[in-house]
Amino acid sequence: MSAVALDLEATLRGRRDAGAKTLVPYLTGGLFAGADGDWTDVLRSVASAGADAVEVGIPFSDPVMDGPVIQQASELALASGATPPGILDELAGVDAGVPLAVMTYVNLVYRFGYERFAATARRCGVAAAIVPDLPLEESEPWCAAADGAGIQTVMLAAPTAPDERLERIVARARGFVYAVGLMGVTGERAALADSATVIASRLKAITDVPVLVGVGISSPEQAVEVCEVADGVVVGTALVRRVLETRSPEAAGELIGSFRDALDRG
Amino acid sequence: MPPVTEPVSASGEPVMGEPDPTGRFGDHGGRFVPESLMPALIELDAAFRDAWADPAFRSELDELLRSYAGRPSPLTDCHRLSEEVGCRVLLKREDLNHTGSHKINNVLGQALLARRMGKTRLVAETGAGQHGVATATAAALLGMDCLVYMGEVDMARQQLNVFRMRLLGAEVTPATSGSRTLKDAVNEAMRDWVATVESSHYCLGSVMGPHPYPWMVREFHRVIGVEAAAQCDDLLGGPPDVVVACVGGGSNAAGIFSGFAEVPGVELVGVEPAGGAAIGGGVPGIVHGMHSYLKQDEFGQVLEAESISAGLDYPGVGPEHSHLADVGRARYEPVTDDEVVDAFVLLSRTEGIIPALESAHALAWVSRARAELAGRTVLINLSGRGDKDVAQMMDVLADRL
Repeated sequence: MSAVALDLEATLRGRRDAGAKTLVPYLTGGLFAGADGDWTDVLRSVASAGADAVEVGIPFSDPVMDGPVIQQASELALASGATPPGILDELAGVDAGVPLAVMTYVNLVYRFGYERFAATARRCGVAAAIVPDLPLEESEPWCAAADGAGIQTVMLAAPTAPDERLERIVARARGFVYAVGLMGVTGERAALADSATVIASRLKAITDVPVLVGVGISSPEQAVEVCEVADGVVVGTALVRRVLETRSPEAAGELIGSFRDALDRG
Repeated sequence: MPPVTEPVSASGEPVMGEPDPTGRFGDHGGRFVPESLMPALIELDAAFRDAWADPAFRSELDELLRSYAGRPSPLTDCHRLSEEVGCRVLLKREDLNHTGSHKINNVLGQALLARRMGKTRLVAETGAGQHGVATATAAALLGMDCLVYMGEVDMARQQLNVFRMRLLGAEVTPATSGSRTLKDAVNEAMRDWVATVESSHYCLGSVMGPHPYPWMVREFHRVIGVEAAAQCDDLLGGPPDVVVACVGGGSNAAGIFSGFAEVPGVELVGVEPAGGAAIGGGVPGIVHGMHSYLKQDEFGQVLEAESISAGLDYPGVGPEHSHLADVGRARYEPVTDDEVVDAFVLLSRTEGIIPALESAHALAWVSRARAELAGRTVLINLSGRGDKDVAQMMDVLADRL
């Protein structure tokens, strides 16, 4: 199958220009597929609940950047047969109406072949890619392939990076800059880390590319708080936990709707 | 006559020298880690270079290796075993080090380095528990906090080492995801480090992971090769014909190979478990921060290794070994669990030395390749002692003893 990719960065810039904060939910691809339902229903549900784009995880056997909830989701998806080409192919038929980004670990992309992965993703309607174990120093071969295929590579920026490093990261970022909100793996936290606001403002000071904060954004209140500085948020674990607990596209949509409402109220 | 191996690379650099500025040995290595860890790896690289060039650091480490770890470890000329297998076998006795394996060399180096960097906590992964015990030991010696991640499966088969680590004051946390063995313990240690990098040092236990670990850990183990080369000179008047070591991540092999890699004609043989043969059965991949040979499926999902020995139960291998295989300077051979069990008994019966199951892999290959090795001199790195494996082997050997 094939589908037309929407432009992630243009969409997020457009939302920002319109005065809105952007909301990008993360969903583990292939979670509860087949007999348990269709995971792409969850994708469509969160898209229609007000997501500005959706980040789809392609599950990997050894996800070192992920906490227990997304690890569990990855294991379940793999056990039910999720594969990179299978998930890309399903994305081609989703028609969510918002730009799609894939998030996965470098070995799956490397094994697929950088150029072949980028071309296949593009053909399946994917706008962007996030590869969390591909830091700036190792990113060039992938970025060249992605640029060539029209896939925007989202770069991560961590609180530990010195200023000169952040400059180089934002120069390479396409789609948005993923500001890592805290030192740690993905997961919910009781309160917004101070580091989230600090990294967002450091990035906002040096780039025009949209700055979205992810990792540790667990509640609509925390999203609103960090968006006093940031252009938007990525919400991952909270959504994946909701899917694991309910297996319900509607419940997933309700959760994302609550983030949408809070961000729109400001 | 065995083929004479070219001792240096085409560029004239030493065979086991520094990696390139991107942390690569040929095509392998690199730094494939979350962005959060990059500043720490850059800092660690600089700190290691600085310490390694500092005579005060080197002499403090040498003194600890001598007065605390018991170095130099002896070289044992194995008369009865040699008669049995038909070639002269020498053992480099890393099993006689404090804590019972070669692991202490690396750990003392990293712990001193961590203290020099102002870190107060050591995080480590362990498979069989030898690296965990060594790390817990160094933490106790230097008054540091220590947390060791260990696969749940490995905790069950290595209960003695779990108790030793706790006795030494370390916390031991089970890795409960995936295969619940060494690879998952590495994942957990990396996740911990992502969250604690400012106060913690990740004391990685093998020549694997992101740069600078493969290089730094090999340098801390180079002492094995340097000592063995001098001991062989004394005993034989020159190097042995063949140097053999087991390879999981590959730290003991890297240590002893480094003493002979530049000597023409010395064959280097790494022995992998058949169920976890990254070089013998894998293809290039990227996991745990490095590009190297990796057992993986067609999509790049990492396969679970299966080995009788928890310390070699790992689907990847250190990047320098992948490079040594690519350029033909070392070769890598698989042995089966059954061959390992036979070797475990063989060394116990012929020399009165109970080897670690990991080290028994090296001997298992020598025993199998005895026809090829006839009349030659073979140096085996006996990387650890087998006390930790005795409980497990009581079941395995129940019908034989």
